[in-house]
Amino acid sequence: MQTLNVLIFVCTAYALFLFFVAFVAERAAMRGRGKWLRSSVVYTLSLSIYCTAWTFYGAVGYAARSGFEYVTIYLGPTLVMIGWWWLLRKLVRVGRTQRITSIADLVSSRFGKSNLLAVGVTILAVVGTTPYIALQLQSVTLSFEAFADSLNQQGEAANVSESTALWVAMGLALFTVLFGTRNLDANERHHGVVMAIAVEAVVKLMALLAVGIFVVWGLSGGVGDTLARIDASEIGKWQVDGGRWATLTFLSAAAFLCLPRMFQVMVVENSDEQHLRTASWAFPGYLLLMSLFVVPIAVMGLERLPASSNPDLFVLTLPLSEGQNALAIFSFIGGFSSATSMVIVAALALSTMVSNHIVMPLWLRANVGRASFSGDVRHVVLVARRVSIAGVVFLGYLYYRMSGGGTALAAIGLIAFAGMAQVLPVLMGGLFWRGATRVGALAGLTVGFGLWGYTLFLPSFGEGAFMPRTVLENGLLGFAWLRPQALFGIEGIDPLIHAVFWSLLLNAITFVTVSLASFPSPLERLQGAQFVNALQQTGSARSWSAGTAQTEDLMVMAQRILGASEALQFFRREAARQAGGNARPGKLPDPTPDFLQRLERELSGSVGAATAHAMVAQIVGGASVSVRELLAVADETAQMIEYSDRLKAQSLELSRTAEQLRAANEKLTSLSVQKDAFLSQISHELRTPMTSIRAFSEILRDTADVSREEKQKYSSIIHDESVRLTRLLDDLLDLSVLENGQVNLNLRDGTLREALDKAASAAATGDESPAITILRDPEQESITLHTDFDRLGQVFINLIANARKYCDAEQPELTVLVEHNDLGVQVDFIDNGSGIPSDAQDLIFEKFARVSPQRAGGAGLGLSICRQIMERLGGSIGFLPDTRGAHFRVTLPMVAPEHLAESKPLVTN
Amino acid sequence: MGKRVLVIEDEPNITEAIRFFLSRDGWEVFAHSKGHDALEVIAHRKPDLLILDVMLPGRSGYEILRDLREQPEWTELPVLMLTARGQAKDREMAAEAGASRFMTKPFSNSDILEAVRELAPV
Amino acid sequence: MNGSPRKMFVERQTYRKRRMQDAARFLPVIGLVLFLLPLFWPRGPEDGIAMSVAIEYIFAVWIALVAGALVLSFLIKEEPALEDGGAPEPPRGRND
Repeated sequence: MQTLNVLIFVCTAYALFLFFVAFVAERAAMRGRGKWLRSSVVYTLSLSIYCTAWTFYGAVGYAARSGFEYVTIYLGPTLVMIGWWWLLRKLVRVGRTQRITSIADLVSSRFGKSNLLAVGVTILAVVGTTPYIALQLQSVTLSFEAFADSLNQQGEAANVSESTALWVAMGLALFTVLFGTRNLDANERHHGVVMAIAVEAVVKLMALLAVGIFVVWGLSGGVGDTLARIDASEIGKWQVDGGRWATLTFLSAAAFLCLPRMFQVMVVENSDEQHLRTASWAFPGYLLLMSLFVVPIAVMGLERLPASSNPDLFVLTLPLSEGQNALAIFSFIGGFSSATSMVIVAALALSTMVSNHIVMPLWLRANVGRASFSGDVRHVVLVARRVSIAGVVFLGYLYYRMSGGGTALAAIGLIAFAGMAQVLPVLMGGLFWRGATRVGALAGLTVGFGLWGYTLFLPSFGEGAFMPRTVLENGLLGFAWLRPQALFGIEGIDPLIHAVFWSLLLNAITFVTVSLASFPSPLERLQGAQFVNALQQTGSARSWSAGTAQTEDLMVMAQRILGASEALQFFRREAARQAGGNARPGKLPDPTPDFLQRLERELSGSVGAATAHAMVAQIVGGASVSVRELLAVADETAQMIEYSDRLKAQSLELSRTAEQLRAANEKLTSLSVQKDAFLSQISHELRTPMTSIRAFSEILRDTADVSREEKQKYSSIIHDESVRLTRLLDDLLDLSVLENGQVNLNLRDGTLREALDKAASAAATGDESPAITILRDPEQESITLHTDFDRLGQVFINLIANARKYCDAEQPELTVLVEHNDLGVQVDFIDNGSGIPSDAQDLIFEKFARVSPQRAGGAGLGLSICRQIMERLGGSIGFLPDTRGAHFRVTLPMVAPEHLAESKPLVTN
Repeated sequence: MGKRVLVIEDEPNITEAIRFFLSRDGWEVFAHSKGHDALEVIAHRKPDLLILDVMLPGRSGYEILRDLREQPEWTELPVLMLTARGQAKDREMAAEAGASRFMTKPFSNSDILEAVRELAPV
Repeated sequence: MNGSPRKMFVERQTYRKRRMQDAARFLPVIGLVLFLLPLFWPRGPEDGIAMSVAIEYIFAVWIALVAGALVLSFLIKEEPALEDGGAPEPPRGRND
């Protein structure tokens, strides 16, 4: 009774001492004097949570049952640690630069921040860790019972054990809540917790060494004697199964990387990568010391203790049976330390995952729009963390009570290892292979987790518990090749090896295959590049001394994505905008939120919104991703864009060529149609006057009794029609010459008035058309031009003659308006008639287009010729539909272009 | 009074010539120069023979003839088509539209006279 | 002629550094091989190798590995950052 009370007292005191240590550490850290808290020694010691109560007590039990195999549990982590240059360095670097908070976060972050993946890993972790927590509670209870047993206080023992687990669980939950969620550190570092577990690491090592030394030098006669005893014992021969030896080494190495609690202390709590350097040799050393006396204790226990005693408790019962109560209490404290440190860190790690990936997303979804205040969310996160911690610990307690604390728990250690090891392929793939995709990771994890559950986890509860006996013996649905412990008909393998082999193999194969077949999103690719190339950047976060440094980097990045000149233009524009329009040349814009937003929008056009956001955030956020790395991503994106641009250009080229061919074909077709129509028109225009000529000449020739008046009339018809024919031929030749560009322009200086005077008088003579009043402003017309005045006059005559012919006003008037500027002259001819019908306005410049129903003697080529002439003179002629009457506008340059005058054909048909 | 001939032709000089030598041959010659109201004019004049130009302002000779032939009373009316476009295509279109005879400008007066006599024997 | 000896020195240092990194990579591999070596030992209750031998072997390898890692942890250097030419690392943040 005395000892038990002392034990309870010591235990409570120890717990209070841990609270105190954690408290002091927190305080020191808050005051900024915590440098010693974060030494590489503390880091190394914190890694020792790998050694739980399962290893503290269980290793001896393991050795007593299976000989030397227990050591593989330490060999795996040893190899991982001394191989830090390969893997841990990268893992820690990634964890730090990406501000990773848990293994679930790492996997999720690597694969495009997929929360689905995070949830999957979290569930895996909870399923794998809960039994483990139960195991710790059990070990504390068992060790308590062991004390009670040795003091023959049977009656009290059951009572004690009932409450022990609950008290321990509550105490641990309290500790974790207190020091694990004191504040919401962005880096998820917990100085108090880490310090406390470092102290516990020392305590448990000392305890085990003390027992070991007592056994070797106290009970046995030194090293030589001990070795002799070992050889003589029932485990004195090398009996290790080769497959298990290799598998367990591998499994422990994998678990060392993947266990949530290990990830927590190794990556999340890491404050300096250089600590890894010390831990690389110090932690293997720690493990060596932890396992050094395991076999001697086991052999001595087997030798001295009754056969019925539990070998898992030799560490405790051996000193007790030898009457070394103080040593026993020390040993108990050691086991207590192992158990508590594991539960604390595991609860912390799991609660981070559960609250970040399950509780928070649910809460945010339920409160869309309400989470606008950051303080609000912080509070929710803290509550979620605390509830999660209590939940996780309570779950472990519940599991312990449900399983009845039987020996089934002992096997759970390796089963949990195998469960968490399912994350390994995704973790390795994510760190070393850029081609790994989210879908692949999901598929691999699902397959691995499923197989682990089917072949190892569910059968571990014993026949009929979760898995019916028929399934175990005959396979799922009666398929023999689906037997959980003999998949594909391969029998006789150790169930653990069998499960590890198949689950990890198929996990990895699925992961790789699906990754190869799927395509990652831009964010996935960005994250992939950052993870895989994590080591190619500078050692630590670059500190941005000034805003310009950021802007420069932003500019370099933007140049890679947008192209150099576009980026430069954008930045200049932004600088001008910020300076209110009077920016100094070469000044870069300040990285204001406004500017960043616009830059992001600009970039997102090229690389997608998510990537653009991530890139800008990485540079401006000062997160320790190096610029060089971002540029690698940018380069890749640019290459992608370039490639797709090239494809686009090629297809554009093709379609342009096709378009050109089609256009050429159309042109040929329409040319042929035009030619036919033109010939037909010419034929018509020539045949019509010829018909009159022939008809009347035949009349005159063949008719005897033609009156004198008739003779006179018919002769003049013949004459007029001949003149018309001649004029038509003249016009056709003129047009042909003009269209073929063979015209020789007679350029000279002269005034516009001169040209208009000549045209007015020329148009007034001749025809029997009614006279027209021409309203002019001689002042305006005194402009000197350098052009071909004969051709210009031709145009003016045509326009005036047209007005005379077609103006249907009672008192026809034609107004000539002249306007000019430096570039040229604009002459408007406006009559007061009824104008040209709107449907005919488009046609008037076409050949043979006659608008007026009555014959006016023209061939319909006048305006076509005018247009050709004006083109030759470097000007134009157009019809303006604005006024009531017909309104033609002639524009021409002050100086007719020389090169046009003697140019090649404008119209190439 | 002789037979009635209607000339639909937009070139006044040609109409004048046809009128001259047909009236001398004993025909009563009517003339019209537009296409759009040609059918009404035909119904009004009730000619024994129609001389129809193809290129008319408002409506083409082919169209006028096609519509004319759809009216039962005009299916037998002899129609002499004149065109200034002397391509084979024009001849086919004229035949299709229902022309009795097709002549290309410029024509010989005697050919017209002969054709008119054949188409509408006195 | 002036800069040449210094250049030699730098290259030599870089070369050494690379080889130390190679050694760091090699260490776990040889550790794995040595740890898996016992698979070839005869085993069984009668003709298995004596437990003491196994313990001595495993712990000897273990100690050697720890010693090797210890030595390498002092010799091995990180690749210097190209930007700052291996300048001392900037001061760490408050959290550290």
